[in-house]
Amino acid sequence: MSYYLGVDIGSVSSNFVLIDEFSNVLEKIYMRTEGNPVKAVKQGYKELMEKMKGNVNIKGVGTTGSGRHLADIILGADVVKNEITAHAVAASFFHPDARTIIEIGGQDSKMIILQDAIVSDFAMNTVCAAGTGSFLDQQASRLNILIQDFGPAALKSKQPVRIAGRCGVFAESDMIHKQQMGYPIEDILMGLCEALVRNYLNNVGKGKKIEAPVIFQGGVAANAGLKKAFEKILQMEIKVPPYHDVMGAVGAAILAREYIEEHGCASVFKGDAFITEGQFNSSSFECKGCPNMCEVVCIKRDKEALAYWGDRCKMWETSIGHKEVG
Amino acid sequence: MKITYPHMGNAHIAINAMLENLKLEVIPPPPISKKTFELGVKHCPEFACMPLKINLGNFIEALELGADTILMAGGWGPCRFGYYAQVERDILEDLGFDFEMVILEAPDSRVSELFQQLQALGKNVSIWEAFKALKFAWYKLQMVEKLEKKFAYIHPRAADKNRAEDIYDQGLLEIERAQDKSDVDEAGSKNLERLDNIVITGEEPIRIGLVGEIYTVLEPMANYSIARCLGRLNVEVDNSIYISDWLNDHLLGSLAKKSHRKHLVKCARPYLNYSVGGHGLETVGSTVDYARKKFDGVIQVGPLTCMPEIVAQSVLSSVSKDEGIPCMTLYFDEHAGTAGIQTRMEAFTDMLKRKKTLTALTH
Repeated sequence: MSYYLGVDIGSVSSNFVLIDEFSNVLEKIYMRTEGNPVKAVKQGYKELMEKMKGNVNIKGVGTTGSGRHLADIILGADVVKNEITAHAVAASFFHPDARTIIEIGGQDSKMIILQDAIVSDFAMNTVCAAGTGSFLDQQASRLNILIQDFGPAALKSKQPVRIAGRCGVFAESDMIHKQQMGYPIEDILMGLCEALVRNYLNNVGKGKKIEAPVIFQGGVAANAGLKKAFEKILQMEIKVPPYHDVMGAVGAAILAREYIEEHGCASVFKGDAFITEGQFNSSSFECKGCPNMCEVVCIKRDKEALAYWGDRCKMWETSIGHKEVG
Repeated sequence: MKITYPHMGNAHIAINAMLENLKLEVIPPPPISKKTFELGVKHCPEFACMPLKINLGNFIEALELGADTILMAGGWGPCRFGYYAQVERDILEDLGFDFEMVILEAPDSRVSELFQQLQALGKNVSIWEAFKALKFAWYKLQMVEKLEKKFAYIHPRAADKNRAEDIYDQGLLEIERAQDKSDVDEAGSKNLERLDNIVITGEEPIRIGLVGEIYTVLEPMANYSIARCLGRLNVEVDNSIYISDWLNDHLLGSLAKKSHRKHLVKCARPYLNYSVGGHGLETVGSTVDYARKKFDGVIQVGPLTCMPEIVAQSVLSSVSKDEGIPCMTLYFDEHAGTAGIQTRMEAFTDMLKRKKTLTALTH
């Protein structure tokens, strides 16, 4: 069988999917990046191959997420795409009539407006990561509940408390205040969900017209509390697709399939041996080429340098045959 | 007197030329680097916007090299920029530096005011020489901007982008070194020609207008070289504002050339009918202008917390809808990571390219 591999290396989670020629998802892996994207790529790939048990012929590879270039270096990708495009492609594959995609990940939250299955407008959170997965993670661990239990616990709430959602720091101090006043924890959790939804609609949505069908995806879509809060505030049905947590990877795989089929070329995939046998290391150094002293990152496999980046003048970056990205 | 000034894009080429011809000893601040940012961030109020921090970093680095006089522009209106020079002077004095500060204020009514301000600088020369210095600087600036515009056209089309960048960088250096008009002409025409001779790919790039706060638009170190990154993504970037426009409108009372500003103010109506400080009004006007010139999209840039740009941003959503032009806003701060910005730029250009192909198909 021939498969296409899609990889989404995000700040918090790393996702891997294999799809067939018809874009059916055959296998998926959702794991934590744990601050080490290089290890995550290797491990995720290994686990996926183990799950597939047997000979897998990979015909194409697509990478996305903030670690997409890193994944490209290790795996050899035919398509290296930004998350917006990847998410939009995946969502419109499962829901061709989708008009609005709400995507909340570890560090980013996005809103994508689709028209006839192509992106017509999008927005991302600006410099602040308030209201994203990392913030929810942090609050859950502060309240000593598992992130998996967050949603079900919030759903028990009958009377959510009002929490300031303008900024993550304000929200946290507001939560602590309410908690010390003795409000039940489920009401605080649901209150937080509603605050995050308001924050998202104000800061990311910024008055964009949200039209049904609305698709909610990204790791945070697993949180039933947040889904309910969106439904309550938007007064609309919110759909969470079956592979909501790995949609970026699905999109990357679909893009790889389209690319290979369109160009009729062979994949640049580096193969099992390259990925699993070598020792990948990253190191950084300060370039002394000019007063800016950029921190240059070097990715090595054993002793061979595969890629450099981080320099503003691109002197290092272009020193190794580097693929145009887009 | 050893004079220095703040960096802003390629402005140093013209400023150097002017000050040297006023027979002043010039100590240009070192190129903006991480160290400049660090110094600025350390000594400026946290909530101040990034241009202030970079300015201050420039001054500290130049003062440490022996400068004793700072040339800075002033301003008025709701933008904080008008107060920069004063704040910078206070901070530097608190840090124990000994220096003079010459602040060029925009003349409200008479251009003669500007000359009075410039008198302090022109002690060594006659009025005629001062006029010639200004004229030569203006001449250099024109050539720099010609090269900038040519590069903006060639870069997205060039098959070899590195080569285009090298020629452009080299061209700027040669113009900077030019001692007289004929040197400038030679440096300019040679490099313009070299850019023209670059092999270009057949694909017609999409066009994006770059609008927003002037410093962030013009200074690559303040915008992560956004124009170059977009050029590498095969996007032609049109700057809504050039240094010559700003000097002309704000310091020279529109004497040097015909002002484009009136047209932009007209374009901004009815979306925004009065000045909101900084370049807020120009941002809205330029966006409308780009939409009517059938550009594919507009990117608005500004430093984080920039009030005029925030006002403009909120107006842009209705401009975008009514005039049918996709807009994206990027705010810049002292972040070092470029991944987020790169992602947004890629997604935006992806969207515009797909839209363009689809419209081409349906027609």
